Amino acid sequence: MLVLLIAVPILAALAIWLAPASLARTLAVLGSVGQLVLALATAALFDWSAGGDLAAQPGTIQWTQVLNPELGITLGLSADAVSMWLILLTAFLGPLMVFGSFSAITTRVKTYYAWLLALQGVIVGVFAATDLILFYICFEFTLVPMYVLISLYGSSNRRKAAVKFFLYTFTGSIVALAGLVYVAWQHALAAGEWSFALTDLQAAAQAMSLGEQALVLGALMLGFGVKVPIFPVHTWLPLAHTEAPTAGSVILAGVLLKLGTYAIYRFVLPFVPDAVVHYAPVLAVLALIGIVYAGLICWVQRDVKKLVAYSSVSHLGFCVLGLFALTGVGLSGSILYMINHGLSTGALFFCIGMMYERYHTRSLNELGGLATRMPIWAFFMVFFTMASVGLPGLNGFVSEIMCLLGTWQSGAPGVGGQYGPLGPWYAAVAGTGMIVAAIYLLFMVGKIVFGPLKEPDGHAHDDSSHGPALPPDLSAREVGVLVPLALACLILGIYPKPVLSTLEHPVAVTLGVYGHEGDDGHGHEHAAVGEGADVAPEPPALIERYVVTEVAGSVRATAPGGVEQVAQIGMALPPGTVIQTGFRSVLIMRNDQHEVRLPRMGRYRIAESATTATPAAELVEVDYGRVEVDGVEVRGIRVSLPLPEPTERPELRYRWSDPDGVPVATPTAGLSADTAEAKGDAKVVRSW
Amino acid sequence: MVNAVTLAEATPIVEKLGLIVPEIVLFVGACVVMMLGLSPSHSVRKACVPFAVLSLIAAGVMAAITGGHVAESMAGHPFPQFVPYAKGLVAIVGIILVMGLAGTVDVALERSFQSGRQAFEAIRTNRGEFYAFFLFSLCGLMLCASADDLIWLFLALELTSLPTYVMVAISTARTRSQEAGVKYFFLGAFGAATFLLGFAMLYGLAGTTLLFGDAGVPTVMTALLDMREASATAEAAGGIGTLATIGLVLSVIGLCFKIAAVPMHFYTADVYQGAAPGVTAMLAFVPKAAGIFALVLLLGTVGWDFGVAGSSLPTPIRELLWVLAAVTMVVGNVLALLQSSVKRMLAYSSVAHSGYMLVGLIAGPAIAVADNGVAATLFYLLCYGCMNPAAFLVLASLERRGESIETVDDLRGLCAGRPLLGYSMVLGSLSLLGLPPLLGFWGKLHLFTSAVSAGEIALVVLLGVTSAIAAFYYLRLAGAPFLEDQSERERDIRLSPAFPRVAAAVLSAGSVVALALFTTSLMRAAGAAGSTPQEAASAEPQGDRITLAAPE
Repeated sequence: MLVLLIAVPILAALAIWLAPASLARTLAVLGSVGQLVLALATAALFDWSAGGDLAAQPGTIQWTQVLNPELGITLGLSADAVSMWLILLTAFLGPLMVFGSFSAITTRVKTYYAWLLALQGVIVGVFAATDLILFYICFEFTLVPMYVLISLYGSSNRRKAAVKFFLYTFTGSIVALAGLVYVAWQHALAAGEWSFALTDLQAAAQAMSLGEQALVLGALMLGFGVKVPIFPVHTWLPLAHTEAPTAGSVILAGVLLKLGTYAIYRFVLPFVPDAVVHYAPVLAVLALIGIVYAGLICWVQRDVKKLVAYSSVSHLGFCVLGLFALTGVGLSGSILYMINHGLSTGALFFCIGMMYERYHTRSLNELGGLATRMPIWAFFMVFFTMASVGLPGLNGFVSEIMCLLGTWQSGAPGVGGQYGPLGPWYAAVAGTGMIVAAIYLLFMVGKIVFGPLKEPDGHAHDDSSHGPALPPDLSAREVGVLVPLALACLILGIYPKPVLSTLEHPVAVTLGVYGHEGDDGHGHEHAAVGEGADVAPEPPALIERYVVTEVAGSVRATAPGGVEQVAQIGMALPPGTVIQTGFRSVLIMRNDQHEVRLPRMGRYRIAESATTATPAAELVEVDYGRVEVDGVEVRGIRVSLPLPEPTERPELRYRWSDPDGVPVATPTAGLSADTAEAKGDAKVVRSW
Repeated sequence: MVNAVTLAEATPIVEKLGLIVPEIVLFVGACVVMMLGLSPSHSVRKACVPFAVLSLIAAGVMAAITGGHVAESMAGHPFPQFVPYAKGLVAIVGIILVMGLAGTVDVALERSFQSGRQAFEAIRTNRGEFYAFFLFSLCGLMLCASADDLIWLFLALELTSLPTYVMVAISTARTRSQEAGVKYFFLGAFGAATFLLGFAMLYGLAGTTLLFGDAGVPTVMTALLDMREASATAEAAGGIGTLATIGLVLSVIGLCFKIAAVPMHFYTADVYQGAAPGVTAMLAFVPKAAGIFALVLLLGTVGWDFGVAGSSLPTPIRELLWVLAAVTMVVGNVLALLQSSVKRMLAYSSVAHSGYMLVGLIAGPAIAVADNGVAATLFYLLCYGCMNPAAFLVLASLERRGESIETVDDLRGLCAGRPLLGYSMVLGSLSLLGLPPLLGFWGKLHLFTSAVSAGEIALVVLLGVTSAIAAFYYLRLAGAPFLEDQSERERDIRLSPAFPRVAAAVLSAGSVVALALFTTSLMRAAGAAGSTPQEAASAEPQGDRITLAAPE
């Protein structure tokens, strides 16, 4: 199903490209409606009760080794409840955008619909990918259709807007790619082979130190934060929104911005929990600045579209705040906000587009009192503005209050059993953002819808250069576009429980990573960080350890929790030590039973069970390279040997002499202490 | 490895020649092409390009057939599988390039021969030499890959370069080309002198010009590695002595001229602009590949101590390459940003691509393909060789009053008017930009994974950021044909009469999409090429778990 959801719009796009222009609209309608039907069917088949479990969903696909086994890239698609809702949102907006563009797009129709549909397909790919590279490919590829849509069909300053949009996002996401590759490398170090699968990387990422996690967090937030957009990197958005064609703005506000918040939910929160807890206040402050600052900018805007564009920056600040509150309420609210913002802001852009088609201006100075001229339009405009403001009973209110509530509760011990780094102050500041939003949105509506009628000069005569003449008020087609959106806003406003209940499970799964920290009572970031420094376990008895007996070239050994050292003769190698042999080096180590030779260019780890008394213990795990055990070369990922009964082990002693400046190791395993000492004049350097 | 005699002594000359069959094929092809070009018959003269393509295909096939044998005979070679890979790569990209060169020289002359205004004079034609020179240059490139001796390497590098100087000068009838040729020649000679001096120092150090050979034979490699081993301390990987450092630094700097890395890049824009675009496409690949091959061999002799951040190559060499790579990526991309001429823009962007490839060389080889920086560089070279000609050859395919177009504006509305060429340009530049899922993205991803696993996080970030800078100008290049409308000024642009150029441009752009589907096998080939013998042995399929009986 998920494959079809991606393939159908893309195939439709290809068909539009190849078919004559007269068929473009029909094919676009077919493609987008087809996608919506498929999405509904997928949702019907979807196992909502297992909503947080990516692996247990119908339609889950994991074609291993399809794309590139060398890099561990698999083609995997799956959806949890969050992805599913966002896919539904995408598919829901699709036909509306196609219908809404009929009168606005009159030139290069084929190119327009083809790219619009391709975009629809790729976006589903982003939401459904379980492989990071597949995700990244789709994430990046959304840029191309959007770039084309803005720069071909936008308004006067479109080329600059398109380039700015592309460059900002491209720069950010390539840094995010570096972060993802870093995580994948950490996984490769631990597992011995590369993989970009979401589940594989999650564990590897969580195992990183706070410093590494912070780096990765920075890289990922740079990439995804640009897309959201978060405060200092938001400047591309107003321009892109303002210049984009109506459907472009709708898909940008409705879905593309959610790619950023979705990626934060999907990758940032589960991957780098320590760093998130540590730096959430910083990110939350950025979100707060975005909320208030963008709100204040909205207040002084005279261009309606720009005003709504800036309001997106402000609104998504709530969304980010809810995500980093790390509370169940906040997270669910934030996800609901993604859907609600897509509906209400998308609808607002539709309304503005419809007005623009009639008046060819978006300036508040030139327009006013349109309610007398276009009552139906005015109804929808006010309706969606109210939804956006957060009027109780409409959808915006529910999610906004949940984000605020979650932020307020965050950090309060015991509330919902969740731990969170934010607190009431954050919610208080964000609350002012709601007030500002009410001011600027009501100001806009008051100016443009009510009051004395004001129309731009020269509006009266219909110029046919802009396509077919439009009726003064909305046509049936336009009403048909807005009604489903209005209904959705209303339903989600009055009874959001069906959505929220499906979100419980995935949110619990995500917060499970953070869950244990709620119980310690002193819920603040430092507590969580401090726990990272585990007390080193008691080292196993010396007799069970490996000891380096010979080393040539430079070989590096990293004991668990220790720093990297150059291996030297006599050095003890406790279980978990990672040994890396270099370009021309070799290391020989012994325990009381076996002599193990590690040739050059390999990476090995001494198995934890090498010291346990189980009958067959793994001695060495081979990341790559090969191992010689007692002169026999073995290849394998793990080298297992049976160990004798613990009681039979004699005491292990080593000594070695240094006659000619060349270290010579004389392992004397199996010899008693006396024998070893009795060997004569060789100088005992160190002994155990 | 028990064989203690050198390759030269032990192998009969015939067997030794067996290692360079593709080169011999190319050499014979070049001689034949030279003769064909002198024929009084027009149809025979026209056969130059098809015959050159044929000999390249034959050379590629021979490289594939003899590959296994060559790999086996490479005793002591740091990368035994490298030679067949490099030769195959050269043959594949060579086919695109030679098609792009079609119709470059003798255009006016042929016209007057045809119209009968002038009787045929063999002495005045350039055609035969031109294509023969191209084949000689590729022959040198292949020899460069199979070099195991400093003298051989130097001669191969010169064989690669010398024909290109002439080709630049005669590529168009304008003085600008001659100026470019002269400039290229003098700076090329300067670069050659620099790395020759470096080679001489390595010879002085090792007492032999042999780069590597059978076990027991003193070679440059053993000399350098012995030095590294002797000086390896508890704190750092082994270094090399002052003389060796100077020798390697000079060699690297000299080779930077070949790959057009900063600070030896300053000729690129002028030379690329002065030459005909087909020749420019070739200049952007052939010397660069020669330089990369030589760098792989030279760095292979000194060895990467893989795996620990900051101690891969000997510190001075690593730091030198690090700075070169960083500066090359930044300067190349920033300067490209400022250009209005597409050729100059692409010239600087090819400088930047050299910087990307240096990143892989810094990362060094490893067993897992994804970790292997040398493999990443060799894979990126293949990607670059396939996608870069697309941009140049689209320019070569379009003419205004007999001259190739040059500015971004000339490309406006190309997709509407000439969809094949237009979309070739779009695909080529988007791939150069590294947009997924095109070929360039996979090349960059491989560089990313290898550099990250070598701990070169800073370089990776720099690579990412400079790629984003590159996005700005590649977007212009991709946007002009697709998004903008043709204006009056572009109405007089005609399709070049040389059809193979168009075909080559389309072929190049097509490969960007087609090869992206086969990244796995290409990466594996590159991975084998960039693996040391021991890595290759370890990379064989491993058993899941092997249990040994306890030795009693």
